[in-house]
Amino acid sequence: MTVKREYPGQSVLARALCLFTIPQLHAIAPRRPLWRQPAAILALAWLAAVTLGAVFAPRLAPEGPLIADPSRALMPPGLGGLLGTDALGRDMFTRLLWGGRWTLAMAAIALALTIGLGLPLGLLAGSRGGVVDAVLMRLLDAWLAFPGLLLAMTVVAILGPGLLPAAIGVGLSAAAPYARVARTTARAIRAQPYIEAARALGASPWRIAVRHILPNAAPTLTAFALAQFARVLLSGASLNFLGLGAPPGTPDWGAMLDDGRSYLRVAPWMATFPGLVLTLTVLAANLLGDRVQE
Amino acid sequence: MVGYIARRLLEAVLVLWLAATLAFVAMQLTPGDPAQTLLAASGASAAEIAERRAQLGLDDPLFVQYARYLMDLVRGDLGTSWLQGRSVGRMILERIAGTVELAIAAGVLGAVLGIALGLLAALYRGTWVDTVAMAVAAISLSTPVFWSGLLLILVFSLYLRWFPSSGWGDVRHLVLPALTLGFSLAGSIARLVRTQVIEILRMPFVLTAQARGIPLWRILLLHVLRPAAGPVVTLIGLQFGFLLGGAVVTESVFAREGLGRLTVQAILWRDLPVVRGIALVSAIAYLLTSLIADLCHAWLDPRLRQDRGI
Repeated sequence: MTVKREYPGQSVLARALCLFTIPQLHAIAPRRPLWRQPAAILALAWLAAVTLGAVFAPRLAPEGPLIADPSRALMPPGLGGLLGTDALGRDMFTRLLWGGRWTLAMAAIALALTIGLGLPLGLLAGSRGGVVDAVLMRLLDAWLAFPGLLLAMTVVAILGPGLLPAAIGVGLSAAAPYARVARTTARAIRAQPYIEAARALGASPWRIAVRHILPNAAPTLTAFALAQFARVLLSGASLNFLGLGAPPGTPDWGAMLDDGRSYLRVAPWMATFPGLVLTLTVLAANLLGDRVQE
Repeated sequence: MVGYIARRLLEAVLVLWLAATLAFVAMQLTPGDPAQTLLAASGASAAEIAERRAQLGLDDPLFVQYARYLMDLVRGDLGTSWLQGRSVGRMILERIAGTVELAIAAGVLGAVLGIALGLLAALYRGTWVDTVAMAVAAISLSTPVFWSGLLLILVFSLYLRWFPSSGWGDVRHLVLPALTLGFSLAGSIARLVRTQVIEILRMPFVLTAQARGIPLWRILLLHVLRPAAGPVVTLIGLQFGFLLGGAVVTESVFAREGLGRLTVQAILWRDLPVVRGIALVSAIAYLLTSLIADLCHAWLDPRLRQDRGI
């Protein structure tokens, strides 16, 4: 509900800007549950479809992503299968299905590393406090000082190019922000009276962290994990696009985009579809993260 | 104020030292012998490799190597490229102008776009304007720069022929890369501006200002945007690291000269001193921008100054 306000006798500019009426403060409607929100359902459906497509790619497209047919090279969508073919006559739809296996597996490995490293570090710092917290925080500051993508690239430089090194680099670069958020959340919960009560009952710090802090931090940490999933997907695809991750020819979405850029003029679909699938997947993860947070 | 700046500078130096140490440890963990890597191509004998090892100081105890590395850093010496045998600092200096130009242009574009979107969404909260603005923000957060860059090339240079698709030179070469990178920055700024402005519009002083008949644009400009600007400036400072990483990818899409190509080549050839140098330079840049952003925040919000005793 908005009420238009009139301010008589103002300049033209002021009147023009009056179009931006200040909205009335309306009470925030109680949030609908996740399964009643169309956007969240769409996001979940897309993620499920992409995952299923990747898992069942050998069934759905048994010929595999590498079968080339030069006589069918650079066919537009429609003529050459659902989404057209690439420069070697390989079917784009098949490659996208199979590509999900590399892209999503890479993101999953990276995310496992992010949570596996970030969660214990953040919980430790946040629930212990004191010297442990101070030392860990300074270390995290130093870690965070390296821009995410550059940190991942440095790891790739040290380990050598490849899908696994790229996943490790991306996971390591996402772990520091995750630890930060876990620490802040743990600290906020540690100040609650029920933690004091648990301590008074003689619960060990470890038990408090795992049984009392972790469950209460779960919503925030899940939401942030989804946001980080979106992030590692993007960073991983960036590395593959730059040719630092998957070896050439791998039907990873980022690498496919890299293949497509040389044919941008003659076969724009080669770059358009992998980018679209990647963007929609990242968007779905971000959207779901936002909704879980709320 | 001076005391606060000194304290923050000291903190930044401490973090930088830790970051440099992390970089040193990472190099030590790297498999392979640098001397061998250096001379592998020329087919050097074992004696030559040993001599080079001594020359590079690789036979010294780790502690001595670490001390020498730190001393070199303090003097601004980032080491020597394994591949080209040139000073890493010089190699970075030669290329950094293009990247900084892109990062600044994208930062300004992203900030303008983000603030406009966030302001619109907050003022028209709950209407379709809000929905559209926030949808644009979500798309900006989720679109990889290498895809949006390619789409812009497709539309504006291949079909419409308004801007060149690659290379660098005059301003026209900067437009598409800056748009690409700036758009990816706008989403997070728009979200923060929206939350901030909505929160501030609820404050009693806004109502007071309205009651006194102060025109709306003055309220927005003087009473709403100024307190909202602090956190936004901090965010822009924090996003600088993201901007640098994004610049590397964007430069690759548009074949721009800059740190991007240097980085990618150094990684592929495993020229670790160059990679480490770029990482350290970007860490310094990041720490400096977040320091400047914090100072701007304190300057914009007197309450913060008082809390921190500046």
